Amino acid sequence: MSSELLKVTNLVKNFELRVNNGARRKKRIVQAVTNVSFSVDKGQTLGLVGESGSGKTTVGRCILRLIEPTSGSVEFEGHDLSSLKFEEMRALRRKMQIVFQDPFASLDPKMTVGASITEPMVVQGVPGDHSDKVIELLELVGLSADHAQRFPHEFSGGQRQRIGVARALALNPALIVLDEPVSALDVSIQAGVVNLFEDLQSRLGMSYIFIAHDLSVVQHIADRVAVMYLGKIVEIGDQESVYARPTHPYTKALLSAVPLPDPKIERARHRIMLEGDVPSPVNPPSGCRFRTRCWKAQDVCAQEEPMLTVRPSGQMSACHFPES
Amino acid sequence: MAEKVLEIRDLHVTFDTPSGPLEAVRGVDLDVSAGELLGVVGESGSGKSVSFLATMGLLPARARVTGSVLLAGEQLIGASAKQMRSVRGRLLSMIFQDPLSALNPVHRIGDQISEMLRSHQNLSARDADKRAVELLDIVGIPQPGDRARQYPHEFSGGMRQRVVIAIAIANNPKVLIADEPTTALDVTVQAQILEVIERVQERFGTAVVLITHDLGVIARVADRVNVMYAGRNVEQGTIESLFDHPSHPYTRGLLASLPRPGKQRLKPITGFPPNMLNPPSGCAFHTRCEYAADICKGEMPPLVGFGDLQTACVRAKELPKSESFV
Repeated sequence: MSSELLKVTNLVKNFELRVNNGARRKKRIVQAVTNVSFSVDKGQTLGLVGESGSGKTTVGRCILRLIEPTSGSVEFEGHDLSSLKFEEMRALRRKMQIVFQDPFASLDPKMTVGASITEPMVVQGVPGDHSDKVIELLELVGLSADHAQRFPHEFSGGQRQRIGVARALALNPALIVLDEPVSALDVSIQAGVVNLFEDLQSRLGMSYIFIAHDLSVVQHIADRVAVMYLGKIVEIGDQESVYARPTHPYTKALLSAVPLPDPKIERARHRIMLEGDVPSPVNPPSGCRFRTRCWKAQDVCAQEEPMLTVRPSGQMSACHFPES
Repeated sequence: MAEKVLEIRDLHVTFDTPSGPLEAVRGVDLDVSAGELLGVVGESGSGKSVSFLATMGLLPARARVTGSVLLAGEQLIGASAKQMRSVRGRLLSMIFQDPLSALNPVHRIGDQISEMLRSHQNLSARDADKRAVELLDIVGIPQPGDRARQYPHEFSGGMRQRVVIAIAIANNPKVLIADEPTTALDVTVQAQILEVIERVQERFGTAVVLITHDLGVIARVADRVNVMYAGRNVEQGTIESLFDHPSHPYTRGLLASLPRPGKQRLKPITGFPPNMLNPPSGCAFHTRCEYAADICKGEMPPLVGFGDLQTACVRAKELPKSESFV
């Protein structure tokens, strides 16, 4: 029986956009994330998928309060993070870490690898000499002790991502947000980093929020999956149910659009071709946000926003005319 | 066998860098037949883009290019700038990953297509404009007449890529080279663009070279595939045979490393891609290959027919049969 580590309720993040429209200045609101709720259990991996602009990265950053949510609550181990003061939040942040997409931008080029990995411990005031811990962490992520004295430019993309992971592990976090952690890596290198995430989780028992647009990787690593579209979760549930029996038309279309590395399957497959592009989050469609691209849309979809509802196969989806 | 429209032989491309000469392409042989869709896969630094930039004559002057590239019988290596200008856009077109930087921000879309038409064909401005609208319709842009009067910033990423395709096919080229055309796009938009490329290929009989790192995209649209590693072509063949019984250890490793439905553990290729300033001797993959022997460090293996594939591996015949990926 697993227990709840993180609970996100009605998370909203609006960004203000200043538009210079000739002589007039206008303010517009970008609704990046709207009423997103989910929870993550201890030791579990939640995959957060969606296309660009779906708000998945914003959700990840709001959880760590790297950006301040507009409203809604994030509870971590029972503490409501929005009520915490800066200092308290900093203390709690040692239990929540993040690994970024670009392993070239996320490491300071002028710091040795050892110094980068030590920094979180120094910031958090962990006493003592950290050199043993650095070696332990490097070995944990598949690098070696002598790498500590080197600089980031001496490493390949895959190795740098491992350094980023070692830094995230330095404070023994209970939750790591992995924001597109393998997207920048070559195919042959990706598999090794994905395996590393799995090994670390089975050894150390932390939870992951795995943010990615690559649905095949998420299917591989996630226990549960949340599919986002234009700032909202349209479907959430066990990985097996969501992938095998998607109930939201968008999930179905998204899964059918992913090219699979198998020519026989690819050529026999029925594909749902979505029309057009994702609408602007400045002025999202009324009712169901997917209705402008949905082949099932009817009048009710424009008037009434569908709520997340439990479906027979166990997952929840927000649709007036769910697939069965 | 369809006629060959593009024949690349022993192509080498070397860049002079502050750290010494870097040979990005090291003897590539490759054919493109009329009307086929050839996939070219490889990881970053494998030379897949550089090979085709060399074909297009788009590399900076400091790049040294040798070998032979025949396009419908015409030699492109060593061709004059004037000759290349006449070839590009007429016989050979290329589209890239980022459609925004391929378009001129201060000109209307329709004018940019007309410009391409009029630079190679003797057309009146009016006829070129009319043809531009037709081309926008062909690539699936709704209300093409109105859209032709708009500027690139008024288009979404997917729509811009369609515009770029319209420009590329304006003069009905023999070969369209598409370099990671969907990498910057979302999967649902990627599916649309791949469909446009297939439609163009069928309607005009254009041969398409699709350069990508995504084996899923290859499996979806390609007829044949070339696998590149460290500036060499290591395996080529039909899509069915390559996925059914890949022969080169690198191709096997690549296919085996991909996540597939089910929870079996992923199998990465050990090590990392070579530094092309100082590539390994012999078969460049020997440093990462589970089947490597001393013989692999000797000479660079040529492509040799192996069943219905061509494989550049001296040990191909001795290796255990690969699992099938179909």
